Parts: sequence; C-alpha cells; structure tokens
Amino acid sequence: MTQQVITVTQINEYIRAMMDADRLLNNVAIKGEISNYKLYPSGHHYFTIKDEGGALRCVMFKSNAQRLRFRPENGMKVIAIGKISVFPRDGAYQLYCTGLTIDGVGDLYAAFEQLKAKLQAEGLFDSAHKKALPVFPGTIGIITSPAGAAVHDMLRILNKRYPPSRVRLLPVRVQGAEAPAEIAGAIRYANYYRLADLLIVGRGGGSIEDLWAFNDEQVARAIYASDIPVISAVGHEPDVTISDFVADLRAATPSNAAELAVPDRDVLRQTLDGNFATMVTAMSRQIGNCRKHLQMLSECAALQSPEGYLQQRRKSLELLRNRLLSSQNHLLGQKNQRYIGLTAKLDAMSPLKVLSRGYALTQREDGVLIREIAHVHCGDRVCITLADGRFKATVEEVKEQTL
Amino acid sequence: MNQNNKTFEENMLRLEQIVRAMERGDVALEESLKLFKEGTELVQTCGKLLDDAQLQVKLVVAGPDGKPIEEDFHSDAI
Repeated sequence: MTQQVITVTQINEYIRAMMDADRLLNNVAIKGEISNYKLYPSGHHYFTIKDEGGALRCVMFKSNAQRLRFRPENGMKVIAIGKISVFPRDGAYQLYCTGLTIDGVGDLYAAFEQLKAKLQAEGLFDSAHKKALPVFPGTIGIITSPAGAAVHDMLRILNKRYPPSRVRLLPVRVQGAEAPAEIAGAIRYANYYRLADLLIVGRGGGSIEDLWAFNDEQVARAIYASDIPVISAVGHEPDVTISDFVADLRAATPSNAAELAVPDRDVLRQTLDGNFATMVTAMSRQIGNCRKHLQMLSECAALQSPEGYLQQRRKSLELLRNRLLSSQNHLLGQKNQRYIGLTAKLDAMSPLKVLSRGYALTQREDGVLIREIAHVHCGDRVCITLADGRFKATVEEVKEQTL
Repeated sequence: MNQNNKTFEENMLRLEQIVRAMERGDVALEESLKLFKEGTELVQTCGKLLDDAQLQVKLVVAGPDGKPIEEDFHSDAI
C-alpha cells in the first residue's frame, strides 16, 4: 500500500480544522502564571502561561487587549480565556486569548493597585502638595450628578451648618465610559473660571464598577492639578478610591464632605458670643484704668486748690512784667542819649552852618569848587555862594598867598 | 450698613482684628470705644447672617461661548 504524501501546509491545515471543530478548544479558560510577556508595537500582546508541568503560548490581539483594565506582568497568576488553534507558520498550537483576569482577585483590584503605585511614585499623593481648605468658603463647587441623592444630602448639611455660603453645582455623569472625562473636565473648568473657593468631587455609594470613574487616571491628575482645594467624597465609608489619595482631603461620604467643607453655625455663634464677652471685658478694664488715672490726677495739688495755684501764678507773672518794663525803659534812655549826641555832631559839620558865620563858596562856571588859587585866572567868571544867596563875579586879580 | 455688603468671612476677620486690638489694651480710650461699637455691630451682623441666611444653589453649565451660565437648581433638602 502506497502511503499518501502531503505537504506541511496541508497537514497544518488539517490539524487546524480538527481543533477548530472541537467545542472545548473553542472556548477555554486556562489558569496559569504569565511569563515571557511582550507587548509589540502593533499593540498585540504575546506571552506564555505556565504551571509546574508545562507551558502554553498565548497571543492577545490589540482589539481584545484594549479592554484590559490592568497591565499584564510576568509572574502574575491569571485566568486566560480564548480558543486554542494552530499557528501554521510555526506548526504550533497556541491560545488566542480574548480575555484575561487576575486569578484570585478581580482585575479592577489589580488595575487599582497598579495605578495607585504609579501615581504614588510620581508624588501625586504627597502631603506636601495638599492645600489647606478655606475656613469660611464663600462659594463651594460641587462636582457630581444632579440626579443622585448625594447632592441633596450635601445641600441639606451645608444649609444647616453654614447658610451664608453659595453652592455652584457642576453637573457630570459619575458612572459609565464618559464619566472620567466629564469629572476631570469639570474640575479644570471650575479652575479656569475660578468658580469656587473649594470643590467637592464625588458621588453616593455603589458597586466597585459604579465608583470606577474615581479610580481613573485623568480624574486623579485633574484633582492634582487643581488650584482650588478638593475634597473627594466617593461612596460609603469603606470605599477608597484613587481620588481619595490625590484629594486635599478625603471624606468618607458626600455628607461627611459637606460637614468637613464648612464651619458649624452653632460653633460660630459660640465664637461670636466669646468675642463679644472678650470685648466687654477689655472695654470695662480700660474704662476702669482710665477712672483710676483720673482719680490720681484729681488728687494732685494744682487741682485740689485751683485758687491758690492761680494766685501764685499771677504774682510771678506780675514780677516778670515789671522786670520787662524796667529793662525796656533803661534801653530806651540809652538809645535816646546816643541820638542827641549824633544829631549835634551832624549839625556842627553842616556847610550851611559854616556859611552863616560869613564864609563863602566859590565855584567855576562849570560848577567845580575852587579850593586852590592856582585854579583861578584873571578874567574867569565865578559863582559865589553865601548863606542867604549867590552872585556872579569876574576875577580881576589873582594873588598867591605867601606865608 | 456697609457691613452687610461684606462676606461673612470678611466680617469675622475684622471682628477678630478688633478683639485682638482691644485685648492688647494699647489703644486709646476713644479709639477703643469706636472699636467696641464696630465690634458689637459685627457680632450682630454675623449672628443675623447665621440666623437668616439661606444656602444659594446654582447649577453651572457652559454657555455657547464656553463661559459659565448659572441656572436655578431646586432641592427639597433646603
């Protein structure tokens, strides 16, 4: 009997057809540990899952891998779901993986832990970055669903505790695929338009999937980047989200966030009463001190006998006045004496006085006074001035006096 | 009257300033009396705000130009 000869391609195709017809191989869930994990630039993931006895090659195409909520790592215990078929090029069978979950814990948990570790390493949870909350927030921005019960819980408590504040509600979806982008967008929007002094970001309780938007990286980064302080308020007390770690303050519930956001008006009333009492005490003390001071002053001599005090002052005033007057008179006498002396001197030196004694002034026609005989010549016209008049004359003879 | 236009926080801060200044006791009597009068009015204003105020709530949505628009928001909780 002659054996039929077939090609490699033919046999691989035959085996593939057999395997593809097998119901079990078409939908298997296989437990094992990841090794040789590789992510190709194409977006396809290649890895091996193994246990003590063996190994199975796996591929996860990009379209399936995009739905992964965690990043596979070597050593992870996983459950891989998919179908087993032949890869004809290598003549090997492998698992075409359509889903991957962490064995033992949910994949959401794994994703949470991974993101938490990543953001922590980046410093997004650092207490040094956390901002102080305003003591009296004028405007509180609430980023949540306007439809849920949480918003009304918060409003009731805010109104009860601190009604002078204003609330700006920024409506967002808090679950579903669009929720993370809407929440992160609302946080950035509130910052851009400076809509509030404080933000409360959160929602009421729900399943871990319902709360998942608050474990989203873009929400975490928006909270971190917010200049306005943020209180996270997600779910119930035991629920902890990534938002809680990044926020400036974590509230256990939305109601708790409202309590943490504002002061309590009963406490404020006590503070006001305390302030008033302090002012009254301070005022009474100061008035008391002023009264004592007044008492002290009123006991001093001047105020005890104002008549005697005035009499004494009046006497010394009189004394001073007399001294002033006498020194003034003395000074005046001296000045007067000196004036008389100077006047007499001035009088004696006056040229008119000399002329009245019979002397005369002789001037040339040009007005120059003739002091020497050399200055006159025969025939010169001269002007002679006496005490009571003047006349003109002609020089007839010039004779120099010889002693 | 002008105290009513100020926020609760501004009034409280001013009140604290006044109380501290009066406690120090280094203010002249006349000034103290003025401060006492202002402080007492602030205590009354703040107390009245706490008693009478009602929480204002607005829904904020982006308008056609992207700028925020405030709309009324009703809650039975208030």
